[in-house]
Amino acid sequence: MKPMSVEPAAIVQPTPQDLALSGRWTARGIGGIERQLESVRVPAKTEALADGARIEALDTAGAWVLQKLLLRLRDEGTVVTLRGLRPEFARLLEVVAQHIAEQAARPAPAARQPPAALERIGRSSGLAFEQTVALLSFLGECGLALAGSIAHPVRLRWRPILFNIRSAGFDALPIVGLLSFLLGVVVAYQGADQLRQYGANIFVVDLVGLSMLREFAPLITAIIIAGRSGSAYAAQIGTMSVTEEIDAMRTLGIAPLDLLVLPKILALVVALPLLTVFADVLGVLGGMIMARAQLGVGFDEFLDRLVNAVSMTSYLVGIGKAPVFAAIIAVVGCFQGFRTKGGADSVGRQTTRAVVQSIFFVIVADALFSIAFSALDL
Amino acid sequence: MHHALNEEPVIEISRVSTRFGDHVVHSDLDLEVRRNEIFALVGGSGSGKSTLLREMILLQRPDSGTIRVLGEDLRSLAEDRALALRERWGVMFQHGGLFGSLTVNENIGLPLREHTGLEDGLIDEIAAWKLAMAGLAPEAGAQYPSELSGGMMKRASLARAMALDPELLFLDEPTAGLDPDSAGGVDELVRKLRDLFGLTIVMITHDLDLLWQVADRVAVLAQGKVQGIGSMSELSRMAHPAIRKFFDGPRGRAPSKPK
Repeated sequence: MKPMSVEPAAIVQPTPQDLALSGRWTARGIGGIERQLESVRVPAKTEALADGARIEALDTAGAWVLQKLLLRLRDEGTVVTLRGLRPEFARLLEVVAQHIAEQAARPAPAARQPPAALERIGRSSGLAFEQTVALLSFLGECGLALAGSIAHPVRLRWRPILFNIRSAGFDALPIVGLLSFLLGVVVAYQGADQLRQYGANIFVVDLVGLSMLREFAPLITAIIIAGRSGSAYAAQIGTMSVTEEIDAMRTLGIAPLDLLVLPKILALVVALPLLTVFADVLGVLGGMIMARAQLGVGFDEFLDRLVNAVSMTSYLVGIGKAPVFAAIIAVVGCFQGFRTKGGADSVGRQTTRAVVQSIFFVIVADALFSIAFSALDL
Repeated sequence: MHHALNEEPVIEISRVSTRFGDHVVHSDLDLEVRRNEIFALVGGSGSGKSTLLREMILLQRPDSGTIRVLGEDLRSLAEDRALALRERWGVMFQHGGLFGSLTVNENIGLPLREHTGLEDGLIDEIAAWKLAMAGLAPEAGAQYPSELSGGMMKRASLARAMALDPELLFLDEPTAGLDPDSAGGVDELVRKLRDLFGLTIVMITHDLDLLWQVADRVAVLAQGKVQGIGSMSELSRMAHPAIRKFFDGPRGRAPSKPK
């Protein structure tokens, strides 16, 4: 923004013993005055006269700068007399002088030292450890709450569960469908060239069927839902804890876990496998269309082969991973929400963490599943 | 900055009407705030004091009528004039309005950083001084707003409002939610700032102590209009029911026992 046109503050030194101040000594007017002030030198052990009669305006910033000049000159051994100042300006200057004197009398607060590299490493690993422990204890609490709900099914809150199934599941159908369709298209398209070279066109079915049903559909669905619902969970719970709604809930004798977390976990555990089935269908459809366009494999031929190429186990392995992913997304999202402290800033930070961590854990879990299934020969 | 005592009012509100749908908040409201006075707006909840304040600080527009602040007509204000005007007043919000991502010192220094060409070191020093002026310990400057108590938050907000040495200061409920001791500190602070900088202060408050102790003039808002205006002792002699409610209610104070 451009400053308004003001007569800037100025200081001139016609003789070594005379200082003439003029202009507007205000926050706007004193920009750049510091260099002028530094060049003011008065021979030590002499007296100097500062004329403030032509100062047009003085505010706290100007008074501060002026007082600091006077103090510096005094420290250098010059006796400076300021005269001609308007009475209200003189009063302001006195307040500054008083504040600086008080400040000098009191020991300065120890400046916060930026932590050294070793300290930073220590702090961040301490934090990571603390977070892991907290996540585990949150997981335990959720497990207890879940066990309690199963023991007393009356306590389950069906309304929020159904609401969450709709918002996290049904409402996500278009985006999940579109993306898995495109993924199917891409997989078939990428494979088409290689398969054609070997005249193995029909194996596009194995490629699309196995990769989509076993890996891609569950994974892409989980990633979309982590971005879509995991973030929403963290932001909702985070904002509620900033506005003390969580505390209010506790004091009213409602367990936040029962009302906020369990319905989300249960809803997502139901919704994510269903979404995965939907993603399977659309992904295979995308591959099928591409197979006909690029490789001349007709729909009938494709479907006949699909039944033989993809075993029931592969299909169930894909679907079976979804509830685990769902639990990871919901637990991490809610956990990060509860860790929100402070203000809007923290809500944003925790939401980001929720998404990044849940995608991370989903992929780690997927890798563990792959190892386990290959060990089991599934 | 001090100004000669000229008679032109700092804020001039004439025939302002505001409606939210069918609900009439102000109807043909007139009000004047003079230079260098501490002016208080009081009224029950829903009487439109907050809306009036928001209209004075360019956060909301009335449906009709004119508001002039520091000689500028708010209705026909170009963007650059509006910006210049905003730098001439400071606002302390009820809940502080401090930026959560900045420390208290950074909050106070922000207007200086945005609107002046001062160097960082100087801005930090001035911010520390404003902090001290608002009655906060230097240690509070390095803290984030979420680490402050309610009273400290109000003081930090006041320090930020004072950053550019405004001529006009708006305080929204400066003592609400404070313990009596901190509230008493705010009384003193408000008066000190007015005397030191020749400020004009407009505040919304329900705090009768604050009103008796520091307000020069008080306007009572009810039914969309100013029902009475004057010093507290003048008001206490008026007969309008909206004003009487204020003094005769169970928590009212008789004028005979000011501290």
